[in-house]
Amino acid sequence: MTEFFATLVTVLDSTIRLSIPLLLACLAGLYSERAGIFDIGLEGKMLAGAFAAGAAAFVTGSAWAGLGMAIVVAVGLALVHGCASITHRGNQIVSGVAINFIAAGSTIILGQAWFAQGGRTPSVAADARFNAIELPGTAAMRDVPILGQLYSELLSGHSILVYLAFLSVPFTWWVLYRTRFGLRLRAVGENPAAVDTAGISVPWLRYRAVICTGILSGAAGAYLALAMNAGFVKDMTAGRGYIALAALIFAKWRPVPAMFACLLFGFLDALSIRLQGAPLPIIGRVPVQLMQALPYILTVILLAGFIGKAIPPRAGGVPYVKER
Amino acid sequence: MANAAIQLIGINKSFGPVHANRDIHLEVPRGTIHGIIGENGAGKSTLMSILYGFYQADRGDILVNGTKASIKTPNDAIASGIGMVHQHFMLVDNFTVLENIILGTEGNALLNTSIAKARAELKRLEREYGLEVNPDAVVEDLAVGLQQRVEILKALYRGADILILDEPTGVLTPAEADHLFRILARLKEEGKTVILITHKLREIMAITDNVSVMRQGTMVATRKTSETTVEELAELMVGRRVLLRVEKGPANPGAVKLSVKNLTVRDARKVEMVKDVSFEVRAGEIVGIAGVAGNGQSELIGTIAGLRKALSGTVLLDGEPIDVTGTADPGNLRDRGLAHVPEDRHHVGLVLAYEEQENAILGYHDHKQYLTGFFLNRSAIRADAEEKIRNYDIRPANPHLKTANFSGGNQQKIVLAREIEKDPGVLIVGQPTRGVDVGAIEFIHKRLIAMRDAGKAVLLISVELDEIRSLSDRILVMFDGRIVGERDGEAGEGELGLLMAGVERREAAE
Repeated sequence: MTEFFATLVTVLDSTIRLSIPLLLACLAGLYSERAGIFDIGLEGKMLAGAFAAGAAAFVTGSAWAGLGMAIVVAVGLALVHGCASITHRGNQIVSGVAINFIAAGSTIILGQAWFAQGGRTPSVAADARFNAIELPGTAAMRDVPILGQLYSELLSGHSILVYLAFLSVPFTWWVLYRTRFGLRLRAVGENPAAVDTAGISVPWLRYRAVICTGILSGAAGAYLALAMNAGFVKDMTAGRGYIALAALIFAKWRPVPAMFACLLFGFLDALSIRLQGAPLPIIGRVPVQLMQALPYILTVILLAGFIGKAIPPRAGGVPYVKER
Repeated sequence: MANAAIQLIGINKSFGPVHANRDIHLEVPRGTIHGIIGENGAGKSTLMSILYGFYQADRGDILVNGTKASIKTPNDAIASGIGMVHQHFMLVDNFTVLENIILGTEGNALLNTSIAKARAELKRLEREYGLEVNPDAVVEDLAVGLQQRVEILKALYRGADILILDEPTGVLTPAEADHLFRILARLKEEGKTVILITHKLREIMAITDNVSVMRQGTMVATRKTSETTVEELAELMVGRRVLLRVEKGPANPGAVKLSVKNLTVRDARKVEMVKDVSFEVRAGEIVGIAGVAGNGQSELIGTIAGLRKALSGTVLLDGEPIDVTGTADPGNLRDRGLAHVPEDRHHVGLVLAYEEQENAILGYHDHKQYLTGFFLNRSAIRADAEEKIRNYDIRPANPHLKTANFSGGNQQKIVLAREIEKDPGVLIVGQPTRGVDVGAIEFIHKRLIAMRDAGKAVLLISVELDEIRSLSDRILVMFDGRIVGERDGEAGEGELGLLMAGVERREAAE
């Protein structure tokens, strides 16, 4: 029993670690898509952010400088997407895919040119990373059964970015439903003409939304490079941007369900790692590849049948043109 | 003039080669209801969009309450006390009434204070103008008439003294329209100025103090409503006399062509939209189905035309059953002599990105006359399109022009020409003149009468009660999926209006 509990805590602990990049990217996508700008380029922004974080942290020796640079780069890419899809009314999917390709290619080229390590950044020293924080009282709680273990093993011992990511869930909810900016953001994703006739600038509102997207996806990249790993490795996002989009749909574009969706995907990921090579009861040994595919298979199943109808923001993907 | 709420002086506006507004002068006295009337494309909406700051005039001045106003954005218009109720409501459907009303005038970065303030203000407006609406209702759950009320409240909340309404009754039932007119009269009593844009002459006569007529981008006349007549206005609008009432002889009904028995249809939400409906259409008559939009008419004709499946019931075409619960499709029905002019020409009737000539044969494209072996016979198609263009006076007369570039009336003529020229025994027509200008309406009506006189069976649905009344030999009224009454073509508007509103229900509600 205690062994099972210990295993469970370990799996849940890695669930949290694996969920964070998804959660940050998912919330990033939420701002953009609630404003009516589809963003398939989350993956690219995250990747570019991770590279910027790794490079900047290595050069300056500061994790915060890494985070800052990640955000600057991701916001830059978000503005490129904004320029293409808001100002020039281009196709949002094409622009997003282009950003993914640019990020995938340029990170490797720049990485090779600057650090000559085959596209990766050099290993970032521990003091230039986001390290685990011990919550107060962790040592004292460690010996209390169950609750104490949960506190010390599960809640404590994560990097600052983990706590910030979870805090940004209620914060996003509050912004969306309790502020003027949130009201307008939701409105512009549903009916930009209503926003326009109310005397609010549709492009400026949407630009602000994609900037929010840039900030959060940059943070997601910084987490990958400076908290989960010790530096940038090529293609380290490994499709997380797309999983985050799936989670966003799964959550029907709402912040709190988005958190649960990301935790679920993180859990599946953690489980598949844990179960690799371990024989399962009844079934026996399962090929590693199948376990690795599990989160994706479940994603497809969940999206196909188990969430009811997910109605996207009505003006999503459609550039706003004043009617004649 | 000192007491003019709005003065427009020499307004000009072009969109590329189209001169939408040409030297417009307009003066609207304060505290009056001013009608602006004209055909579709006459430039009314453009003019009002300029006044509301949606577009900017190329030349010309706007004076609000006697002082020159520079209106560059809707914000400037709102600041000058101008509010607008758009034809397509500018509401966020999944927001509450309150959220819609404060959008853009929140006044504070946090919502809770502004919501409380709006709630109090809304109560005041409700009392003052008799505009009741539940502030916490979600807009998409409200009836269209109430949504419009939200639009009016939105303008008043922003402190509008001058209210522009763009085709406000297009989506309303007669009862809702009457209610709207009472609200407008009330607004006028309270000293507001109302500008009403419409193409319905009846409304102008019923409610306005003054009326200005627009034609092809120019303002052709302004009259006191009490000193003009419907005939004069209609003539000013189109520049020639039009027959408002279609002339037709008595019907000569023959054999039953289309027979519908106990038809029940469910929509995608599994709601029964058509409930146990039975009726017949004979050769040589026009049967009109009147009803407020959304009472099952669309589902009914869609089912008969093979676009959707029935749950139960039978439909006989020339005595032979149509498999309405199973395999019926528009293609084989067309081959059996049933033609269909769909309600929604943009999405169902036409492919707007196609050339005119391609739409002119759409659905009939596999007929031998348009083919050479496996390929389309382009020259035969063009010759056919040119003939239809001549016979139906489709303008511009260019079979290669993209269909989207034709006006609403001409697009409708393309659909009509395609369906009528194949000489079907039964013609089902949905909203034949929606968004069509007066000149084309007359032409389309004449064509439908000619079909009838040629011994065809015509089934017509329309939200325009006037159209149903002037064309139909028999009128069926649909309410809540059922046929609640049958009248002859001479039935009075009031009588039909009551049936359309489902009288018993209304009494229960009051």
